[in-house]
Amino acid sequence: MKPVYVDNNATTRVAPEVFAAMEPYFCEMYGNPSSMHSVGGTIGPKLKAARKQVADLIGAQPDEIIFTSCGTESDNTAVHAALTADPARRHIVTSRVEHPAIGSLAGSLSKQGYRITEIPVDGDGCLDMKLLEESLTPDTALTSIMWANNETGVIFPVEKIAAMCRQRGITFHTDAVQAVGKIPINLALSHIDMLSLSGHKLHAPKGVGALYVRKGTKFSPFMIGGHQEKGRRAGTENVPGIIALGKACELAGANLEKENTIVKSLRDRLESELIRLIPEAKVNGTVKARTPNTSNISFANIEGESILLMLNEFGICASSGSACTSGSLEPSHVMRAMGVPFTMAHGSIRFSLSIYNTEEDIERIIKELPPIVKRLRELSPFT
Amino acid sequence: MWEYTSKVKEHFLNPSNVGEIENPDGIGDVGSLSCGDALRLTFKLDENEKIIDAKVKTFGCASAIASGSALTEMMIGKTVAEAEEISNQQIADYLGGLPKEKMHCSVMGQEALEKAIACYRGTTIEEKEGELVCECFGVTDLEIIRAVQENNLKTIEEVTNFTKAGGGCERCHGDITKILLEVQHQPQPEEEKKPQLSNIQKMRLIEETIEREIRPSLQLDGGDIELIDIIGNRVIVATRGACSACKSAPITLKNLVEAKLREFVSPDLVVEEVSK
Repeated sequence: MKPVYVDNNATTRVAPEVFAAMEPYFCEMYGNPSSMHSVGGTIGPKLKAARKQVADLIGAQPDEIIFTSCGTESDNTAVHAALTADPARRHIVTSRVEHPAIGSLAGSLSKQGYRITEIPVDGDGCLDMKLLEESLTPDTALTSIMWANNETGVIFPVEKIAAMCRQRGITFHTDAVQAVGKIPINLALSHIDMLSLSGHKLHAPKGVGALYVRKGTKFSPFMIGGHQEKGRRAGTENVPGIIALGKACELAGANLEKENTIVKSLRDRLESELIRLIPEAKVNGTVKARTPNTSNISFANIEGESILLMLNEFGICASSGSACTSGSLEPSHVMRAMGVPFTMAHGSIRFSLSIYNTEEDIERIIKELPPIVKRLRELSPFT
Repeated sequence: MWEYTSKVKEHFLNPSNVGEIENPDGIGDVGSLSCGDALRLTFKLDENEKIIDAKVKTFGCASAIASGSALTEMMIGKTVAEAEEISNQQIADYLGGLPKEKMHCSVMGQEALEKAIACYRGTTIEEKEGELVCECFGVTDLEIIRAVQENNLKTIEEVTNFTKAGGGCERCHGDITKILLEVQHQPQPEEEKKPQLSNIQKMRLIEETIEREIRPSLQLDGGDIELIDIIGNRVIVATRGACSACKSAPITLKNLVEAKLREFVSPDLVVEEVSK
């Protein structure tokens, strides 16, 4: 049975075009771009082209792109750069629903004496913008707010927040790992200072990411060593990964419309049918501003891990914000921040689609999930 | 992804004895929606206090559903007194083991059983009177102490795996550490519960333990010991063979002989070597 993969916010399939583009860089064009011979020397121009492909997708200049190993490294680098640039400022503004790459980092910085303000969200998963604005002080070194939430797909008004920060002379960073390739992004028209993206969320392989740093932003490297990336990120370039990321960004640009029409309509059909067919089911996160591929639905009185494992029996791969799946004992911090009641939070399932999903995939979920929910509710003492 | 045994998967996908018995002889409810798992156990007895039917309803993850299913299979056919002996470890073993983070599911099964039996007998379980330690999951000190003793837990992480306590805001980690330290410095309650041995019984038990648990490993190294006398809690032995010339004999007496005697006979025994 071919799996129905709807867990693309976790990771994506490498696009065949991307794989084909990177393949020669393992056994044929394996040179080190820093070398003074032709095996290495041919690589530099290819990296340059890849840098332009990434920049083009987000409306940046090529020299504003630093290649990294992943989204988490990009996030850590950005935070480190902002704090180092202005060591006198000891305050960071972020949100309660960030990915751990920012959330846990903020927790660790708070132990080092930084003051952290975590902006709450409402029941729809939307930021308290008034509180955010009030939290910006002369002591604020950095504001870091994700562009789109990984669990709900809710999009935050980061361009507006960036403008607020610019007015006050505060550096603004966004973790856009879930937004890049799903919604149009044009950094030339924004005041965003730094932006993180990750290759494996947009059909490039794991192990490559990028950090956008606006020209003129004070920067200090996180990885110290060689001169690579103009001294902004030491370490021999992950050449095949960078080539792949470039190709994936080019494809993502070409597929952006498809993402917002075909993928979105598949997502919408899945969501509306599940809500129609299954009693006591509710969508988490506002439907007004969401990435086109993500749907997070809670099913009352049953537990997410059980739903996932039964879906898995039908080859359907999704994920859950339930406690049991995360290895912790409490439901996801996003569900809790949104105030989703426990009866609903433990049974939340995230479906995240990609351009590779088909109508048949969606029909299979619509067919298999309602009986699973019914069965688990029959087992449950609460129904 | 959790590494569940095929037995866990089997009991999760096709759980046995799902449902609720009407007019049951005993009913046990544990867990809650907010905790993320809950279980309701009901059973029916025949005139000889034998469990002829048991049913379970479970809300929770795969291992919770599997634990409930395993529990019903294990208890049907047993008398109430026999069923009472089922431990959480036995439930986990029945399923071919559980991931350590999921041991609390087996504890939940055991607690439901205990509650259902108490319900049948018309008694209430005293442990509820304990003091609340973990506010996130509503776990009392007595529940933690019991899990620590029965499963020989050593770390906060293990306590969390078995009881959930400490798995939320982590504010109670200090209290859990205190409990761990206290329990480690206490004689095990099972041993307290052991009936007082008469002197003759004690002597026989010591002899048996030496014969069965100690002598074979000493003889492997060409050594031996002989029981000379028992005075109160003092066990006087003489070393023989290779042991009598061995410099590390005093360590062996402590680490092997005394440890085994404490484990199998009484925790307050002290082993001494007869003066040569």
